[in-house]
Amino acid sequence: MPSLKALKNRIASVKNTRKITKAMQMVAAAKLRRAQEAAEAARPYAERMNAVMSGLAAAAAGNEGAPRLLSGTGSDKVHLLVVMTSERGLCGGFNSTIVRLARARANDLLAHGKTVKILTVGKKGREQLRRDFGSLFVGHVDLTEVRRIGYSNAQAIASDILARFNAGEFDVATLFFNRFQSVISQIPTAQQIIPAQFEDDAAASTSTLYDYEPSEEAILADLLPRNVATQVFTALLENGASEQGARMSAMDNATRNAGDMINKLTIQYNRSRQAAITTELIEIIAGAEAL
Amino acid sequence: MANTLHFDLVSPERKLASVTATEVSIPAAAGDMTAMEGHEPTITTLRPGILRAVTAEGVRAFAVTGGFAEITGSTVTVLAERATPVEELTGTLLDDLIDEARELAKVALTDGRDDAEKLVNDMLSLKVAAGH
Repeated sequence: MPSLKALKNRIASVKNTRKITKAMQMVAAAKLRRAQEAAEAARPYAERMNAVMSGLAAAAAGNEGAPRLLSGTGSDKVHLLVVMTSERGLCGGFNSTIVRLARARANDLLAHGKTVKILTVGKKGREQLRRDFGSLFVGHVDLTEVRRIGYSNAQAIASDILARFNAGEFDVATLFFNRFQSVISQIPTAQQIIPAQFEDDAAASTSTLYDYEPSEEAILADLLPRNVATQVFTALLENGASEQGARMSAMDNATRNAGDMINKLTIQYNRSRQAAITTELIEIIAGAEAL
Repeated sequence: MANTLHFDLVSPERKLASVTATEVSIPAAAGDMTAMEGHEPTITTLRPGILRAVTAEGVRAFAVTGGFAEITGSTVTVLAERATPVEELTGTLLDDLIDEARELAKVALTDGRDDAEKLVNDMLSLKVAAGH
């Protein structure tokens, strides 16, 4: 049985913890709103891009000289996994779910005799993957200093990926990130970006016949690298919103748990205090009777 | 009232304009083109330059760098990698872009060299056009 003093200290400490988690939850809620707005603002661009690209890609797919970003290198020997996680912890299962998906994919590929290379974005995923796949790391993108994810960040990552692709370092690239569904649900997603893949339903909507200037092939060659950057940007934004959502619900749980704990400790504290008083009373009465 | 078309200017980070315009002139890769209502459906890539939309309230101009434009008979959608309203354009911003383009030209492979140098020249003429 802990002493009264110890209980009192314990209650005070849990109360402080609750204040901190409460504050973190509110900060996450504010950041989530901003992240969602950013994701919303980026959507029209990504949608138009995807629609135009899928139209072009469908037309060019059968051609002999289709760009390698679209048709691939002809083999799928070397895979690049781009694992996007957060820079900070205390966000529940956010990072573990991404890492779990990436790890499963990596093990699967290795079991099939493929070569796997891993590019990490965000240090949390890097820490979790280092033990199993440390030797497969080819690079790391640090976004610790970035307060607001901008398109330039995505461009930097994309040009890194493209440079590696042009140097023949890999055949297939896949992005791993959490797609934002709601505050309580984020879906870990694997999206293949090289060779480019497009949703079929988007292609059907752009059935208009366009004139292309300069030429269809030139436009496709110009847009494919931009499309990689756009997809990276979308993934970064989705991930940003998911991270804040996950942190918000994790901190909400922590706040609630701290509240429960305070109640339990308070009851224990009151009981011990009462017991001490009773003991003292019995001692006084027994002393008086003995006289 | 002249016939109008709907003009959208979208950058990856936000939507810059969504207005009704009578004509939109676009710095297309192969030369400037102006889209009006009933234009043949066209998709074209952009070179750095000034994009002008003539609307009922007046002319709105934006400096754009790479991207593409999609024109149908009733809409013009421009997806620009970077777009800045001309009013907000400053000499330093342009100089940064020009430096960036020069860097690219320096490291470009031989077959990409022409394109990269064209980019630098486009940037320089953009600067002149913006009056800086």
